[in-house]
Amino acid sequence: MEYIVITYLWLAIVLYFLLGGADFGVGIIEMFTSTKNISRTRRTMYHAIGPIWEANHMWLIIAIVILFVGFPVIYSQLSVHLHIPLVILLLGIIARGTAFVFRHYDAVRDNMQEIYNSIFVWSSFITPLFLGIIAGSVLSGHIDAKAHDFATAYVFSWLNWFSVAVGLFTVALCGFLASVYLIGEAEDAKDHHRFIHKAKTMNIAAVCCGALVFLAAQVERVPLANWIFGDAVGLSAVILATLSLVLLWTQIGSGRTTLLRILVGFQVTMILLAISYAHFPDFVIIRNGENLSLFTAQAPEKTMQALGSALLIGSVLILPALFYLYYSFQKKKVNGS
Amino acid sequence: MDDFLAARMQMALSLGFHIIYACIGMVMPFFMAVSHYKWLRNGNDVYKNITKAWSKGVAIFFATGAVSGTVLSFELGLLWPEFMKHAGPIFGMPFSLEGTAFFIEAIALGFFLYGWDRFNKWFHWFTGVVVGVSGLASGILVVSANAWMNSPAGFDYVNGEYLNIDPIKAMFNDAWALQALHMTIAAFASTGFAVAGVHAAMMVQKKNVNFHLKAFRIAASFGAIAALLQPLSGDLSAKDVAKRQPAKLAAMEAHYHTQASAPLLIGGIPDPENKKVDYALEIPGMLSYLAHGNFSAEVKGLDTIPERDHPPVPVVHYAFQVMVGIGTFLMVLSVMLLIAFRRKQWLSARWFLMLFALATPLGFIAVEAGWTVTEVGRQPWIIQGIMRTADAVTPMPGIAWSFYLFTAVYISLSIVIIFLLHRQIKMVPVQYDVPAGSSQKH
Repeated sequence: MEYIVITYLWLAIVLYFLLGGADFGVGIIEMFTSTKNISRTRRTMYHAIGPIWEANHMWLIIAIVILFVGFPVIYSQLSVHLHIPLVILLLGIIARGTAFVFRHYDAVRDNMQEIYNSIFVWSSFITPLFLGIIAGSVLSGHIDAKAHDFATAYVFSWLNWFSVAVGLFTVALCGFLASVYLIGEAEDAKDHHRFIHKAKTMNIAAVCCGALVFLAAQVERVPLANWIFGDAVGLSAVILATLSLVLLWTQIGSGRTTLLRILVGFQVTMILLAISYAHFPDFVIIRNGENLSLFTAQAPEKTMQALGSALLIGSVLILPALFYLYYSFQKKKVNGS
Repeated sequence: MDDFLAARMQMALSLGFHIIYACIGMVMPFFMAVSHYKWLRNGNDVYKNITKAWSKGVAIFFATGAVSGTVLSFELGLLWPEFMKHAGPIFGMPFSLEGTAFFIEAIALGFFLYGWDRFNKWFHWFTGVVVGVSGLASGILVVSANAWMNSPAGFDYVNGEYLNIDPIKAMFNDAWALQALHMTIAAFASTGFAVAGVHAAMMVQKKNVNFHLKAFRIAASFGAIAALLQPLSGDLSAKDVAKRQPAKLAAMEAHYHTQASAPLLIGGIPDPENKKVDYALEIPGMLSYLAHGNFSAEVKGLDTIPERDHPPVPVVHYAFQVMVGIGTFLMVLSVMLLIAFRRKQWLSARWFLMLFALATPLGFIAVEAGWTVTEVGRQPWIIQGIMRTADAVTPMPGIAWSFYLFTAVYISLSIVIIFLLHRQIKMVPVQYDVPAGSSQKH
């Protein structure tokens, strides 16, 4: 049962990165859209994510619940040492979700819209930035369980080059995911080209940020290169990701939007696999100490059994409904509303 | 402000904020489903408009409830890591099921809000019902986790260790059924009276009376049924608390001294120094009857409990009085509503509508008060009799700052939401007004 729970945890995190990430990315795209095109882009975006954004963010809740039920020590350690970035993440989530809904449901259209827009756009940037910072910190080895002073325990645990680089990388990936997703949602040929162009720019940004992550890993002595290239799974994941990227560039103008979405999703999944596989079952890398492993830090057997069954039952109920939701609100079906 | 107090205040603020949005988000879909059903059955467009107008409210409240709920799932660890480290595996079962219920709710809401004219109309109606049912299920499940803190079960506590964990037993703890019943009815009563009150206020101003009267009837009916049932559930809950958490019951009633034929106190100012209550109205023997079903039974007072395990009496006592007082008032209003359904002229009488308009916030004040009773009444324990709240708090200093930050955020959010609702209501004539005569089939 523990493998089922761990698989679900991994899937929830990957799905949150992919779906929630694309969702954040839509706000990032809005940030980099010229005033000329912005109202059309907003309409496209709204049609694209309006019906599904809340479901996309449920994966975060699923991941958190799995952590605190199944791996309570990991959950409470991270809550203590990453308190500050977690609070910023939460404020970002509040700001973004409410601004998105408020701007649509405000019955009067006036300059309040400007306020909603800027809150939405900025929180779409800050939230994934801190999500990435948190993810980076979990791996960075900067969490110090024995620290006594405030800065070491609660600030440098996440404020370091590596975590920040991962944060930026996450933002770029979100923008990349979203722009590829939006290619399929474009209303006309002009928008189609615009989103292709965005996707290319975002992809270049993501590759640059990826390089930055490796650089920062060198500076902070995180054995990232070792994890990824020193391991058959990590290495093949990276090779596959690169191949799919090449394929993506050759196909990006082809109009095969489903293929593009699969390729970009596959690519991000491979990146996450490469990063998470090498130090499995260790989940949190702790400075000079015992890393928190998914095997040793887990809840008692009976809890894992119950959690695993709850997840299996839950997915039988959720997944068909979720697929039908995505299917129903694809571009083709959207007419006239 | 010291960090422990700040952590408690932040948790209270977050839950107090979330509880309102969660109640509205789980109850209003039922109002919508009724109105939607009426439209599908008799084709009266006013009902379609009511459904659409309400669904915008639901979208705003659901999104706010969803984000504030996400915040809570993190705050449990951010503020109480020591508690979660031990409690997570024990009381986590309802949370993992709630995840599913909440997920289904979000999916169904996507279908419902964006599905007008796109699906079979009964499928579309059904997705609205699913929003309500799954919302209700997630509410009931979350209460199980809270009930476990009041009535810990599913583990053995041996020398500070939590052994033989059984999450299923923990989920079906003794307090769950009655707490969930009380909370669910409270959600219906408070949301029903709040929604009815807003529509009543619009009728007082003679605005779109046809639209608002129909909406009022649906919401007020739900609220009234719930308010009439609530005393029964309250009575069961009081007997249960008397048995399981005598300290909480004693604090609710400011019952300092163990006594046979204990009186019920109405109002009064508890004096914790001298362990007495001033200016209270006493009903002899009534507390014994309410707690144990016997006018002469002995009711345990705070004197049977060590001083360091006492909850703060005045807060719990006042909150309890507020809850019961409002509950009684809403019951009277409910009876009047039943009369009004017979005497139709009441439904357009200014005094009658004013009463309902004034009652708009009362249900939610009662919900907050009742929740204060159950949470503050459990102090100083975070897990009744097992772990103290003070031992669970995060070691991180400076929580006061995070409390100020969240306070500012939640206050501004509340202001914006009131502002948005005001605008929605203001725009009703423009968006939905259907003249009274045109209610034929279409």
